[in-house]
Amino acid sequence: MQGFFQNYETGGFFDEMFHADGAVRQHYKSLLERFSKMDRPALELKRTLAEQTCLNQGITFTVYSGDEGTERIMPFDLVPRIIPADEWRHIERGLEQRLRALNLFLHDIYHDQRIVKEGLIPLEIIRTAKHYRPELVGMDVPHGIYIHICGSDMIRDSDGRYLVLEDNGRCPSGVSYMLENRQAMKRVFPKLFRRHPVRAIDSYPQELLAALRHVAPHGNPDPTVVVLTPGIYNSAYFEHSFLARAMGIEIVVSQDLIVKDAVVYMKTTKGLKQVDVIYRRVDDDFLDPTVFRKDSVLGVPGIVNAYREGNVNLANALGTGVADDKVIYYFVPAMIKFYLGEDPILPNVETYLSAVHSDRKYILENLENLVVKAANESGGYGMMIGPQASRKEIACFRAAIEADPRSYIAQPVIKLSRSPCYVDGSLEGRHVDLRPYILMGESIKIIPGGLTRVAMRKGSLVVNSSQGGGSKDTWVLDDEEARC
Amino acid sequence: MLSRVADSCYWMSRYIERAETSARVLDVNIQLELDNEDQLGGRIRQQWEPILATLLDQKLFHHIHKSFSADAVMDFITFEKSHPNSILSCITLVRENARTVREQISSEMWELLNRLYLYLRSEAARAAHKESPIDFYRSLVDSLHAFQGTTDATMTHGEGWQFLQAGKFIERADSSSRVLDLKYHLLLPTGEQVGGHVDITQWNAVLRSCSAMEAYFKIFHGRVTSWNVAEFLILHDTFPRSIRFCVDALDQALHSISETDRGHFKNEAERLSGMLRSTLDFTTVDSIFKTGLHEYLDQIQARLNDISLALADEYFSL
Repeated sequence: MQGFFQNYETGGFFDEMFHADGAVRQHYKSLLERFSKMDRPALELKRTLAEQTCLNQGITFTVYSGDEGTERIMPFDLVPRIIPADEWRHIERGLEQRLRALNLFLHDIYHDQRIVKEGLIPLEIIRTAKHYRPELVGMDVPHGIYIHICGSDMIRDSDGRYLVLEDNGRCPSGVSYMLENRQAMKRVFPKLFRRHPVRAIDSYPQELLAALRHVAPHGNPDPTVVVLTPGIYNSAYFEHSFLARAMGIEIVVSQDLIVKDAVVYMKTTKGLKQVDVIYRRVDDDFLDPTVFRKDSVLGVPGIVNAYREGNVNLANALGTGVADDKVIYYFVPAMIKFYLGEDPILPNVETYLSAVHSDRKYILENLENLVVKAANESGGYGMMIGPQASRKEIACFRAAIEADPRSYIAQPVIKLSRSPCYVDGSLEGRHVDLRPYILMGESIKIIPGGLTRVAMRKGSLVVNSSQGGGSKDTWVLDDEEARC
Repeated sequence: MLSRVADSCYWMSRYIERAETSARVLDVNIQLELDNEDQLGGRIRQQWEPILATLLDQKLFHHIHKSFSADAVMDFITFEKSHPNSILSCITLVRENARTVREQISSEMWELLNRLYLYLRSEAARAAHKESPIDFYRSLVDSLHAFQGTTDATMTHGEGWQFLQAGKFIERADSSSRVLDLKYHLLLPTGEQVGGHVDITQWNAVLRSCSAMEAYFKIFHGRVTSWNVAEFLILHDTFPRSIRFCVDALDQALHSISETDRGHFKNEAERLSGMLRSTLDFTTVDSIFKTGLHEYLDQIQARLNDISLALADEYFSL
C-alpha cells in the first residue's frame, strides 16, 4: 500500500482493488498511482464539487419525514469500481442466459405451464406467488417478451465469484444514477479517463427506446412511446423524467391517459393522441383501478383491457413480479437447464426454502447464522441478518416462518466483496454489489457497467438507497488495453 | 403537447413574472423610504400600506404580524411560506411546475431555477436580505432575467415555449396594471398638491417599479405627470412592460399555439385577446381618465382574467 492508501486494510474480505496480500490488482494499478498522490483536501474539494453538481441538477431522491419530504442526493463515492474485460464477458454471457430463461419461464407459466407439468416447480408455488396474475393466462405479448428491462443484483463472495442475488423483473431503478455518476466522474477526474480504456455507457436511453419501439403492438413501425410515472412526489421521479428527456418522449401521469374503446390515448393541447407503448414505472397493483387495487388513484381505468386486446403494450409486461419472488428465484438455475438445455453460467446464492420440510428444519435450527428474507419484499425490507439480529428479531422471524413457510427463504451470510471508498477523510473498504441493466428488444443488450451500490455504513451489508446506501461509478474496461 | 404540461408551462411562467414584480416593487419602495429619511412612523406606514393594499391577503398579514413595520411587510412578501404569493412561494411553485415538465424545458433552465430555489430557502438568502435588501432584490431580478434569457436561448421555440410566452405576458400586463394602480392607493399627505414634489416622487416610483424610467424620459423629456405615465405604461406600443405591448405579445403567442392568423380567431381565448388588443390599439389616454384610471385598470384586470379562463378551458381541461 502506498501514499493515501497506506493505512488501507482489506480486513479479510475479497477486495475489488487489492489481493489478500495487499498487492494491487492489475486493472487497478493506474488508479492506485493517481489516488496515492491525492490528499484529503484535494479529495474533499472533488467530493464537494460532485455533490454540489448533483444537488443543483436536482439529482435527488425524496426521503419522507415530517411535513415536507426532504430531497437528498444519493451519496456518491469518488473511487470508481473497475471490472476487467474478461470478467465482464463472463457476467454478460451469464446475464443474457438468465434473461432468456426468465422470459421463457414467464411465457410458459402464462400458457402451457410445462415446467409445472414436468414436475420442476410445484403448481402451488406459482399459484401462491404474490405477483402471479391468473387473469393473464393465455394472453400473448408482442415477441413473447415479458421482461424488457432487467436489473439483476449481483454480488461477489469471499472467493470473488460473481453470484446473482435477485433479478428485479418489475421496475428496476437506478439507471439514471449509473449515467449521472459517469458524468460526475468525468467532470471531477477528467484525466483519469484518458489513462483508462473505459467503455461508454451513454447509449442506454437510445437502446432502451429501440427496445420499446421494437415491442409495439401490431408491429407498428412508428409507435408513440411514453414513460408513465406515479408523479413528482415519487422517490424515483428524477429518473423517470431523466429517461423521458434522454429518449425525447413524453412523460405522463395516469391523469394524462384515457381509455376509449380499448385504445389508450393521451390528452394533448391538440386533442387525444393514441399511445402504443408505455414504459411504466408504476407497479401492477396501481395500474388499473378497475382490475387491481380499487383504491388506487394512480391508475388508468381500462388500461388492462386495452392491453389484453393488444392495442397497447406495457414494459415490463404485467405479471413479471412472479419472477421476483425469492422462492421462484431458487428455481432459476433449473429453468435455465429446462428451457435452454444449458448449465447456468452465473450461480445463485445458495438458498433454502422454508416451504420444503428438510430445508425448514435446517433454517429454524440455524437462524442466527442465516440471512432470512421475505419472498416478496424488496428494498432491504422484510429481511433479517442472523448474526446481527437481536433475540427478539430472531423469535419474530421464527414465528413468521412457522406460520407461513411459503413466504420465506434463507441464505448463508455472504461476505460481500469490498471496494475502497472515501469516507470521513480517509479510504476504507465498504461492501458493494453490482446492478447491471439488461435490455431485451430485438436482441439482448447489456450496458457495459451498471450501478455499483455501496453500504456506506461501516460493516453494513445493506446497500439499498432507502437504507443509507450510496453508489460509485462502474468502469468496464475495453479488451485491448486491459491486457497491457 | 400534453395538456397538463402546457398548463404547467403557463403557470410556471406566470409565477416567475409574479416573483419579479414583487421584487421590483419592494426594491423601489425601500428606495422611496430612504429618500424620505426624515419621515415619522406614521409616514412609514403610509409608504408601506399601499403595497399591502394591492395584495389579496391582508388578513393573513395581520394574522402573522401583530405590529406593522417595513421589515414585516418585506418578510411577508419575500419569505413567508404560508403566503401563497410570496416570492419564496412563487419560486417553489415555479420549481414544482418545472419538475413536472423537466423533459420540456432545457437542463440549463432547470438548473438555474433549482439553484435559485435552494438559495431562497437557505439562511444565506435571509442574511443577504438583512445585509442589503436593495442588493438582494436586484440580484433576484437579475437571476429571473437570466432565466428569461436562458429560456429564449436554450429552449425550442415551439408549443411549450409559446405557453411560457402566454403566461409571461398575461402576468406582466396584469402586474403593470397593478403597479400603476398602486399610485391610486398612495395618498398624498395633507398640504401636498397634485403635481407637487411628493406626487412626482410617487409617479417616479411607479415608473421605476416597471423599469420604465429611462424609456419614459426619452419620450417625455423629464416631465412626470399622471397622464403621461399612464399613457406610457398602458398604451406605448414598443415598451416591453406596457399593457398594450404585453397584450399584443400574448395575442401573438395564442395565435402561434393554434396556428391561426392574427386578426382571426379559432377559440374564445383568441377572440378575447384580439378584442382587448384592438381596444388598446385605438384607446386614448383622455378616454382612460374619463373612465377613471382605477376603474379602467380594474376592467383590464377582469378582461385578462377572462382570457386566462378561456385559455385554460380550451387547452388544459380535456
